[in-house]
Amino acid sequence: MMRLPKFTYRVPRTVADAVKMMSDAGAEGQFVAGGTDLYPNMKRRQQTPKTVISVTRLKELNQIAGDGRSGLRIGASVSLTDICEHMLINRDYPFVAQAARTISTPILRNMGTIGGNLLLDTRCNYYDQNYEWRKGINFCLKKDGEVCWVAPGSRKCWAVQSSDLVPLMVAVGAKLKLVSTLGERVVDAAGLYNDDGIDYLRKRPNELLTEIQLPPRNGWRATYKKLRRRGAFDFPVLGVAARLDLSDDGTVKDAKLILGGIAPAPVEVKEAEQALIGAPLDEERMQAAAESCYMKARPLDNTDFLMNWRKQMARPYVLRALQELREQ
Amino acid sequence: MIDEPRIHDYGDGANVHKKVSLEFGDMGEGFKEADLIREDILFYEGNTHLPMEQHAAVAHFDADHKLTLWSATQTPHYVHRALAKTLELPASHIRVIATPNGGGFGGKSDPFNHEIIVSKLSMMTGRPVKVTLTREEVFYCHRGRHPVLMKIRTGVKKDGAITAMDFQSFLDGGAYGSYGVASTFYTGALQTVTYNVPRYKFRGLRAFTNKPPCGPKRGHGTPQPRFALEVHLDKIAEELKLDPAEMRLKHLVQPFSVTANYLRIGSMGLGKCIEKVVEGSEWKKKFSNWDRENRKLPEGKGVGLACSSYICGAGLPIYWNNMPHSGVQLRLDRQGGVCVQCGSTDIGQGSDSILAYIVAEILGIDPFDIRVITADTDLTPVDLGSYSSRVTLMTGNAAIQAAERARELLTMAVAEKLSVPIENLSFADRRVFDVENPETGVTFAEAVVLAESKFGTIGTVGSYTPPRSPGRYKGAGVGPSPAYSYSAAVAEVDVDASTGIVTVERIWIGHDIGQSINPALVMGQVEGSVYMGLGEALMEEMTYRANRNVVHKFPSLLEYKSPTTLEMCDVVTYLIEDRDPNGPFGAKEVGQGPLLPVMPAIANAVYDAVGVRIDEVPITPEKVLTALRDKAKGREARFGPKRVPDVEWPQPLKVLTPAEGGDGKEMPRVAVHS
Repeated sequence: MMRLPKFTYRVPRTVADAVKMMSDAGAEGQFVAGGTDLYPNMKRRQQTPKTVISVTRLKELNQIAGDGRSGLRIGASVSLTDICEHMLINRDYPFVAQAARTISTPILRNMGTIGGNLLLDTRCNYYDQNYEWRKGINFCLKKDGEVCWVAPGSRKCWAVQSSDLVPLMVAVGAKLKLVSTLGERVVDAAGLYNDDGIDYLRKRPNELLTEIQLPPRNGWRATYKKLRRRGAFDFPVLGVAARLDLSDDGTVKDAKLILGGIAPAPVEVKEAEQALIGAPLDEERMQAAAESCYMKARPLDNTDFLMNWRKQMARPYVLRALQELREQ
Repeated sequence: MIDEPRIHDYGDGANVHKKVSLEFGDMGEGFKEADLIREDILFYEGNTHLPMEQHAAVAHFDADHKLTLWSATQTPHYVHRALAKTLELPASHIRVIATPNGGGFGGKSDPFNHEIIVSKLSMMTGRPVKVTLTREEVFYCHRGRHPVLMKIRTGVKKDGAITAMDFQSFLDGGAYGSYGVASTFYTGALQTVTYNVPRYKFRGLRAFTNKPPCGPKRGHGTPQPRFALEVHLDKIAEELKLDPAEMRLKHLVQPFSVTANYLRIGSMGLGKCIEKVVEGSEWKKKFSNWDRENRKLPEGKGVGLACSSYICGAGLPIYWNNMPHSGVQLRLDRQGGVCVQCGSTDIGQGSDSILAYIVAEILGIDPFDIRVITADTDLTPVDLGSYSSRVTLMTGNAAIQAAERARELLTMAVAEKLSVPIENLSFADRRVFDVENPETGVTFAEAVVLAESKFGTIGTVGSYTPPRSPGRYKGAGVGPSPAYSYSAAVAEVDVDASTGIVTVERIWIGHDIGQSINPALVMGQVEGSVYMGLGEALMEEMTYRANRNVVHKFPSLLEYKSPTTLEMCDVVTYLIEDRDPNGPFGAKEVGQGPLLPVMPAIANAVYDAVGVRIDEVPITPEKVLTALRDKAKGREARFGPKRVPDVEWPQPLKVLTPAEGGDGKEMPRVAVHS
């Protein structure tokens, strides 16, 4: 791996300064928080910003406010370790801490942030390689090349959405605050992700993610299941985020089932949700939902494990998520 | 045969690096005696060493035109020779220093390009030059485990006694030779040293392919055939409805015997290893005994057993010579200090400290009184290097000889001074004293002063050359060793039938170490072997993009999957101490042997747990799930290779076995007239 390319490093103290600096830097600018995704990518020359603007010193990005009754607002620069350990999150949104604990390793979680994880670059075995390796295969569609080696006939990049928190945030209906020199806006997490490995965020490059807003916990429950080779380090090759709203008699009032790690964007499986809504959460319904997820999951051969096996794993992993929610 | 272009100017032609065909004893007779003949085809995927530290080297060609190379190498002596040859410098002007390094596992045994490059560049510039490989470059240097396809055919009696074994191996060598000829022979050498194999045939072929070169990795060429053999024996035990532990116990090779392929066995503690792991794992309470209907463990849980053996040092060096394999020099100073100098290379196994323990034991002083200087071709006598599990046995014996010679000089001087008969003097607690009258004595430092006064400067040397092997046939050079270590393991696994994911919960492993010099180091090697074995058994593989210029699929520590501490299982280690007359204080090796039974024990346990045979490593969830689905559909409950390539083997070189009255030489070839 090469060393970091030269760049200017700027450390704003207010959000206003940060977005101003980004506006000044233009297309060559890039925000950085923990740097666990950006810096390795810079060493491999997948990203080569001339100006890197750190958001770690922005006070409002480091705060956690609210609770399960009013909803929780988490600053985008809060470290993943703090997410894992935070008392209120563990009490009112334990599934968020649980999902965060599956990310990478303790050391990387000390540096990595919740905002950085939600904006994680899409990943692919043809893309997450050093410069010489990529040059050896004539590069790929996502960076410097013309062909998507995963699907050579495709005009689209199939790099994979690989964050563990993304499917969960989409499933629970989190909202994200984006700030730029033009002002601020709040979007649904579901609306942020685009099914294209290159253009994977529906966000202008100069917009800064400042806050993650979790909705109040009025009865719904959620969980996240992650498939990977090892108990640490590995990115998900399948992530299952599920949210259920049950009435007192056990009928499913509302359901969300989001699959991660199998496509450029998180995949909502509406058929599975429909299979669950309006009926009690029995074995037959859960099996039907798992089957719908299996049908919908179409991973390609660009992560660890064989794609066919990853697809098959949708059944047991969705089933496990639903069984856990039934017990909660 | 078509005249195909050669890949290299060495090798047996075209893309074939080496073709071997050996036959020991009357195979026809052997198979005729058998009650059951079984044939299996298995595959062992290639994997790499994955040391924590990447290779690095610094060279300095100084003002008086002498070259010094500091390198993270396991074999400074062989690097020294390679530099002299390639740089065309006198060997006496080259100094190679093996630096402390972050792990070798065989991956730092070859003389490497970068070692020669930094030397040449320093000669050209007159400045020090350094190269550190990136992790990707380490993957491409490789020299790791060969992918090997194997076919094994064995005849057995009803009680499991082997009557004949026919073994074929096909090695994917990668682009260059490395130690590939030895690797090829090793895939056929050690099948005979665990259980009695009266007649044995081996054919092996190593082919060049467009991949990083394979070479020696821990176990060098033997984990693959050991995996095949131990899984094959498990299947034989099932066909014969025998307990696999009892079947093995019943047919162990005899200690102090000579095998069909002329390997001289010394001490043999495998029986005790098996008994220990069977008892410790409560095997009898867990093993299904081939009865899936009345299982003792719940479905999905299983136990498997496998055994192995490994050499304690190769019997021959890699270049032909009659000199010792290891030399030790001792210098005693008047302050009572002892300096041990030896060319051996500590790659983390603790070989430096072994020298100190052994010398201290013989001179009756504390290891902390000893300075150890190793792995510097200017300062230390030659030791061939850290490979083939040779270091403790060979440097240990050389150190014993040097220390005994020093003790003799001290004894003479002290005996004279104290007027005590020589045979009465003993060395202990930093003193030299009369055993009949322990108060009469001198301190060790005083003893050195007396000896130096009498004889002049006190320095002694010791050296070690392995005993000659009884094998005299062409190819008999690979396999002989002064001693063989033995291991047995039981693995207990959990297999998730809905995903195919295998979790190894615990491994009980018994290792016949002969004699522990330092039990903590021995246990460390055993546990480290289990850890490496889990990776080879379950996930590690060197895979390439065939359609994309044969790039390595993922040359990174993130995507080349190797276990983390979270995947490590519990390990229960039993050390069996059955002293070998050829080992220093009876010690045998532990660096490589305990790796070998881990992979087949896990494969056998997976079968016990869910009733499917995974006849190749790594045993990935995809393969297990595929086999489980096939089983559910009534197809063969197995995942693995189905055929081996058709090869025109050369006429086998035939050798009569010792039992047939052979003398270790090949039989004259008889011309065949048609």
